[in-house]
Amino acid sequence: MSPAVAAGSGVNGVELGVVLFFFVVVTVGGFAAVRWRRAASLNSLDEWGLGGRGFGTMVTWFLLGGDLYTAYTFVAVPAAMFATGAVSGFFAVPYTVVAYPIIFIFMPRMWSVAHRNGYVTPADFVRGRYDSRGLALAVALTGIIATMPYIALQLVGIQAVLDTMGLGGSGSVFVRDLPLIIAFAVLAAYTYSSGLRAPALIAFVKDTLIYVVIVVAIIYVATKIGFGDMFTAAKTKMESKTPAGKPTGAFLTNKQTYWAYSTLAFGSALALFMYPHSMTAVLSSRGRQVIRRNAAILPAYSLMLALLALLGYAAIYEVSQGRMNVFGRDGVANAQLAVPHFFQLVFPSWFAGVAFAAIAIGALVPAAIMSIAAANLFTRNIYREFLKRDATPKQESRVAKIVSLVVKFGALLFVLGLDKQNAINMQLLGGVWILQTLVAIVAGLYTRWFHRWALLAGWAAGMAYGTIQAYLQKVPNTTTKLVDGKPVTTTAGMRHFGSSLAEFPMTHTKVYIAITALLINIVVAVVLTLVFRALRTPAGQDATSPEDYYSDEAAPEVLDEAEREVSGVERTS
Amino acid sequence: MPMPPVQRPTRLSTGATVLVAVLLIIPLVALAAVPIYSRETPELWGFPFFYWYQLLWVLLTPLFTYVAYAVIKRSRSGR
Repeated sequence: MSPAVAAGSGVNGVELGVVLFFFVVVTVGGFAAVRWRRAASLNSLDEWGLGGRGFGTMVTWFLLGGDLYTAYTFVAVPAAMFATGAVSGFFAVPYTVVAYPIIFIFMPRMWSVAHRNGYVTPADFVRGRYDSRGLALAVALTGIIATMPYIALQLVGIQAVLDTMGLGGSGSVFVRDLPLIIAFAVLAAYTYSSGLRAPALIAFVKDTLIYVVIVVAIIYVATKIGFGDMFTAAKTKMESKTPAGKPTGAFLTNKQTYWAYSTLAFGSALALFMYPHSMTAVLSSRGRQVIRRNAAILPAYSLMLALLALLGYAAIYEVSQGRMNVFGRDGVANAQLAVPHFFQLVFPSWFAGVAFAAIAIGALVPAAIMSIAAANLFTRNIYREFLKRDATPKQESRVAKIVSLVVKFGALLFVLGLDKQNAINMQLLGGVWILQTLVAIVAGLYTRWFHRWALLAGWAAGMAYGTIQAYLQKVPNTTTKLVDGKPVTTTAGMRHFGSSLAEFPMTHTKVYIAITALLINIVVAVVLTLVFRALRTPAGQDATSPEDYYSDEAAPEVLDEAEREVSGVERTS
Repeated sequence: MPMPPVQRPTRLSTGATVLVAVLLIIPLVALAAVPIYSRETPELWGFPFFYWYQLLWVLLTPLFTYVAYAVIKRSRSGR
């Protein structure tokens, strides 16, 4: 191990300069985005929150890519590969592949019904379809609470980069976190002024940088390490025993983990498009065909993700050769540093700067879209529904802008105030939660057979089971710290939310908690629907019509309303 | 207020529907079959089977999805 890479070395000026350069570029771009595809006014949610619903194949591709493959993915997936191997890390590859055939099937229907009825959020759809404010509120709240830790995790990604460059670590809390606070304040400012146009424009920069970095890194691995040696190093590490006598991780899946692997992949794929931010990106596209075409071309990102995941193994190789370690400035081992430290080891400073800029911008884009999506949900499904029923479009967009600020600063406090591990655990729980909205949304796209109250009860059952099960997963709370240049591992009791896997009821097979919760959710919804139907409980009015699910155009009155929204408010320029 | 009817696109023919379903299900089945691909051999360029098999499906899935898209587009536009 070379402690030189860890604590002690100062700020790398070249890396920092390159990162600052790109940061200024995207900041200027973010503010200039307000002029891009100029709208008469940004004072409506359609314009501010959905970019005017006019994005074509290319923009949607970058936006969705920027949205789904976040800094956290770039840092955390290789980190999981580095720490425990295939089951907790590489499942992300089948996950981001099977997601697309699934999207291909149902998202065009979502787009059509949303477009024709002027829906901005998934909760809007549930409200219209089932005539239930309660169910819509449940969907909206789930979306907001599942999104918050996701935004917080983006910050964890930026922190890993800052730590590697020599910022952070020791020092006063304020100085340590100042760069993060500044980055977030700038992000908040241009999201406020430009809405969804800002991340859509910045996504171009981000993806270009990431692609270049990945290609160079893989060429390095292929020529300087060799894939064979890389996999051998990974296998050796995964098969070595921990002090508790268990293998460190999994190089391949085995009989005990087949179901864990497949349920993690399929559960995450189903959850992916329930997240409000991915729905926002889909609804901002121009048409059904744009979505289908994107479902066909988006897996190009998955290739990038898979190659990045393997960099976790490349880091294992470098560690085994004694060339790098994953100790942070505070001297604590942190797998999240595997990829940033690997970049710093193998790239010249200026190119490591490009890589770090890619990760940092890769955090800002999704954080912006996520905060916009959460703001849309709050405005449409809580503010307008429960607080001010006669809100004008201008008031709506003003509330949304303010909420987007609140959400971002909430996430910032979360990261600064709480342990990183908590952010990761909350994100795990977020995936479990968001999947519970699937029955109401996806089943609703095809059938109105389910009763609204049965769906609400199913949602509650799934949420309760998932939260409790996740809480019950205890793992030893271990920390590895450098003491006088030597790693020392200490264990301080157990911590909750230690795993996203739990035994399937009445078996000893571990599966993804979200999937078990979803099955319980479905069973409760089906049984109670039969009960409510037998009791002839009122099912409410369906505001959508069968044609809405096929339409490629908005209904005339929705267009009229949009017209009024735009012309009725004073011009801001 | 009732909405004016929209022109509902012609339904896909049964053949096209089945074809699209098969095209979309193949990648899902291929990746769900974990026990079949969770093995080290045969290796390819130093990649254990488990890893290169999944990478292969990263490349194949878009082809299947794209063909499904083309089938729907062709079938909808009529002839």
